[in-house]
Amino acid sequence: MLSAHTLTTANKPQPFSLADWWSRNQRKVIPYIFLAPFLLSFVIFTVYPAGVSLFLSFQRTRGFQQAEEGGGVVLEYKGWANYERLLTKDKRFREAMINGAEFWLGTLLVQMPLALAVALALNSPNIRFRILGRLAFFAPYITSAVVVGWIFRFVYDQNFGWMNSALAQLGIEGPAWIRDANFVMPSLIILGLWTWVGFNSLFFLAGLQNVPDDLKEAARIDGANTVRVFWHITIPFLRPVFVFVVVTGGIGSFSLFSQPYLLLDFPNTGPFDSGLFPLMYLYDMGFLNIRMGYASAIGYILTVVILIITGMQLLLFRLWKV
Amino acid sequence: MFKRKRQSAMGASRVSVMTMNTIVLVGVLLCAIPFVYMISASFRREGDLYKLPVTVYPREWTMHNFHTLFDKTEYVRWYGNTIFTASIRTVLGVYLAALAGAAFAKYEFRFKRFFFFLVLATLTLPFHMLLIPLFLLMRDFGWVDNYLAIIVPGMVNVFNIFLMRQYIESVPDELMDAARIDGASEIGMFHRIILPLVRPALGVVGILTFVWTWNDFLWPLVVLHDDAKYLLSNGIATMDGPYEVETGAIMAGSFLATLPIIIVFLLMQRQIIAGLTQGAIRG
Repeated sequence: MLSAHTLTTANKPQPFSLADWWSRNQRKVIPYIFLAPFLLSFVIFTVYPAGVSLFLSFQRTRGFQQAEEGGGVVLEYKGWANYERLLTKDKRFREAMINGAEFWLGTLLVQMPLALAVALALNSPNIRFRILGRLAFFAPYITSAVVVGWIFRFVYDQNFGWMNSALAQLGIEGPAWIRDANFVMPSLIILGLWTWVGFNSLFFLAGLQNVPDDLKEAARIDGANTVRVFWHITIPFLRPVFVFVVVTGGIGSFSLFSQPYLLLDFPNTGPFDSGLFPLMYLYDMGFLNIRMGYASAIGYILTVVILIITGMQLLLFRLWKV
Repeated sequence: MFKRKRQSAMGASRVSVMTMNTIVLVGVLLCAIPFVYMISASFRREGDLYKLPVTVYPREWTMHNFHTLFDKTEYVRWYGNTIFTASIRTVLGVYLAALAGAAFAKYEFRFKRFFFFLVLATLTLPFHMLLIPLFLLMRDFGWVDNYLAIIVPGMVNVFNIFLMRQYIESVPDELMDAARIDGASEIGMFHRIILPLVRPALGVVGILTFVWTWNDFLWPLVVLHDDAKYLLSNGIATMDGPYEVETGAIMAGSFLATLPIIIVFLLMQRQIIAGLTQGAIRG
């Protein structure tokens, strides 16, 4: 019955049927349907807000309308004033950016080498506590930043915290940590080490396991010593991991929020703003001071800075490849 | 001679094995200490905690802090709110990421490269830069103090799309072509071939999404203002404010909030780590 139908209609022009069209073209159309939620979400929650933000960053927020007028934001055009102020006059913003850079430097200089060392240890044969190690190193990362901030606030307590008690055991009188302007950044960097060294080491570990053993063996037979094998074979194989860790570390450092928020009991930002980070300043300006235009300008400067840093890093790693 | 050489090599490696084991063990210990503090403080009274000398174990174990948590704060409610929103966001997020991942992994279409570039671009752009306009958008939608604000904007996660694409690439094309010849529809194939074959990946992406939602703080802080609507992270963050609870209760709340995440990780650690690290290594 079906075949007879197909035979008789094969050569005649058919009336357009949606079902027919669909069964012939679905393979071409379906990827767009599969991607529709992503594209919609991208337009509504990324492109549109980015546009609004750009618009806002040239405005001054004068407050909110009354509820009966719609409750919108009352704005006044200010040109480049927000950017000018941020880049030349605003000392708090400069402090926040410097703090972000310091934290990032700490990440690069201390966190990465430590993470690599831990990964090398975990990767060596005959290691005993592999599974325990993996759990212990990953646990800080999956713990809520709020919880981590709280714990460290108590651990850094000058008189009753575990940090200073441990130092006292070694005969060192501990500082006031988060209440001392000179120790706020070290406090945060230590918190960062605790949170991310283990996490990053798992990336290095996965990278190490990708290094082919026979390549190392061949180099050794050719007379290369351990250091040379490490430098010329292992490290180049870890390149993508370095890229990942450095780039995410840079983004993370400048958008640090929850940890200092809890550690320093926001809106406190540490003595002399020693624990103020750009994103905290953005939140402070936008939501506590209701200066949405100014906060948007902060967001844009921050985005540009992060993009420049990421771009520079990617470029450096590309040069390294050659 | 050959034999002797081998022995000396083994001797050297024994020392290095000890060093490596020590590094790992010290690392494990350092990672554990803050957790030990948290758990220990959960079972102490305030007087015990702020008394010298500092001790690792409570001088006297007490459940006082948990009673404070349940009687004086909205903790139970926050817990329920968090489970509710995190679950919905996880299920929807995994499904939508798999859809997009399948499109990138298994189909050829116009603008594919451009769309994938959008995914990668969003991956490097910090979501928080759009905090202000996103909040204004939520206000316009009437989603302030509404869980739609938690679930919808971050629902399609580009990192998840990226992961799903990598996993779905491993689904054999021959299988899909065979199904096509048998008359399967593309949507039917997605549900009956792709999804079942990448089930482990769905688990990994699901757990990661769940943990991120569970731990997220800044966005809920911005869009949830009514403390009955709070999620765990906002709730715990504000516990010293309106509720005036003590250190012990804060640590007890932190402990209970961390527990399910650690348990899930214990059960699935191998898959989770593989899922997370895969993207970074392939570069």
